Amino acid sequence: MIPATFEYVRPSSIDEAVAALAEHGDEAKLLAGGHSLLPLMKLRLAAPEVVIDLGRVDGLRGVSEVGDGRLAIGAMTPHYKVMADPLIREHCGVLADVTAKVGDAQVRHRGTIGGALAHGDSAGDLPAVLLALGGSVIAQGPGGTREIEAADFFVDYLTTALSDDELVTEVRVPKLVGDWGWRYEKFSRVAQAWAIVGALGMVKRSNGHIEEARVGLTNMGTRPVRCTATEDAIRGQSPDAIEDAAAHASDGTSPSSDLNATAEFRQHLARVLTKRALTAAVG
Amino acid sequence: MTKVEITVDGTSTEHEVEPRLLLVHYLRDVLGRTGTNVGCDTSNCGACTIHMDGQSVKSCTVLAVQADGSTVDTVEGLADPVEGEAGWHPLQRAFHEEHGLQCGYCTPGMIMASKGLIEDNPNPSEKEIRDGLEGNLCRCTGYQNIVKAVQSAAAEMRGDTKVEVEV
Repeated sequence: MIPATFEYVRPSSIDEAVAALAEHGDEAKLLAGGHSLLPLMKLRLAAPEVVIDLGRVDGLRGVSEVGDGRLAIGAMTPHYKVMADPLIREHCGVLADVTAKVGDAQVRHRGTIGGALAHGDSAGDLPAVLLALGGSVIAQGPGGTREIEAADFFVDYLTTALSDDELVTEVRVPKLVGDWGWRYEKFSRVAQAWAIVGALGMVKRSNGHIEEARVGLTNMGTRPVRCTATEDAIRGQSPDAIEDAAAHASDGTSPSSDLNATAEFRQHLARVLTKRALTAAVG
Repeated sequence: MTKVEITVDGTSTEHEVEPRLLLVHYLRDVLGRTGTNVGCDTSNCGACTIHMDGQSVKSCTVLAVQADGSTVDTVEGLADPVEGEAGWHPLQRAFHEEHGLQCGYCTPGMIMASKGLIEDNPNPSEKEIRDGLEGNLCRCTGYQNIVKAVQSAAAEMRGDTKVEVEV
């Protein structure tokens, strides 16, 4: 399968990339690692007239501490670098662990954190973890930069709050403080496949109780889902409360039905996987 | 057309290509290096796995223009350029000896993915091999002998004395 023809633009700076976007507008697509965009182009489900390759843009890779208790991750940092980064492993290990479940080794060598998030696929593993962490992205356009909270970033299926003339330059996640445990339960039929449903459970442990919890779901609708009902039901409780709380994990969700699972089965999976994830997270 | 310069298996190559040309087609159709196979063409099966700047990637999901300036290594560059089996890479020898292939279609990608796996983890367990090769599909072997072959090659590459591999 061969993509349709396109004009290829390869900027070397963020400013050049922003200028190229401004020039070509919605006829252009940004190319990061290419592991979401290129398959779509090969299937001719996407046929952008212009492809702007961010592969040579300086300053979009690497991890640093922002100074306000957060980490900044360059949008073009590939998954395998996120998994191994010492700052991420020390301060936000959940992101490294969930990233290790994305695709397969070859995909993780090319795919990037910014690309995976900007693609806005709720079946991807990273949107749910960014949402559960309360992270954000930094977007840059002709008017400058702005920060978009994860809760506002994912708008609909393959649709984010980014404007046509903006690109993601950075992803920000909080440094986790305290005794956190986590588990990402990814349910799929075969190795390396997309999650039919994924559930991320995070708990902050304190004197045998759950001081705080975060629950994020993958592929339970057109956007990633954060289960506040479950989080509220176990805050301040003993781990015994997990089973009843996880029963609320599918509240308010409207997942799709497809060849892999009916909506009803996905809701069942969400409850079961949330229980497993939280139980494992407590340790 | 866009000019690309890509070092393939140690040889500098330079061609004008359409931006939509996939790296695997650059290797096969432009350079005539057909050792790298196209399998599913949807970045699932891993038959097209090559190394780009030292990392295993699926060359059906990379544009040749993205590889401009890169070093690409394929299964064709593994063997030492001498006659016969003596020049084979340990992975090639192990796949042969452990019967890690039947039809052989997945083998170029399987070997290149295994090479990356062993470079990252010189002594992988059976589980680590199975997890590490999740991006490569084989429809013949049931994977058992592939796992054996990777363990055997890893042992040779570590310099261990030859051991019988039991999986």
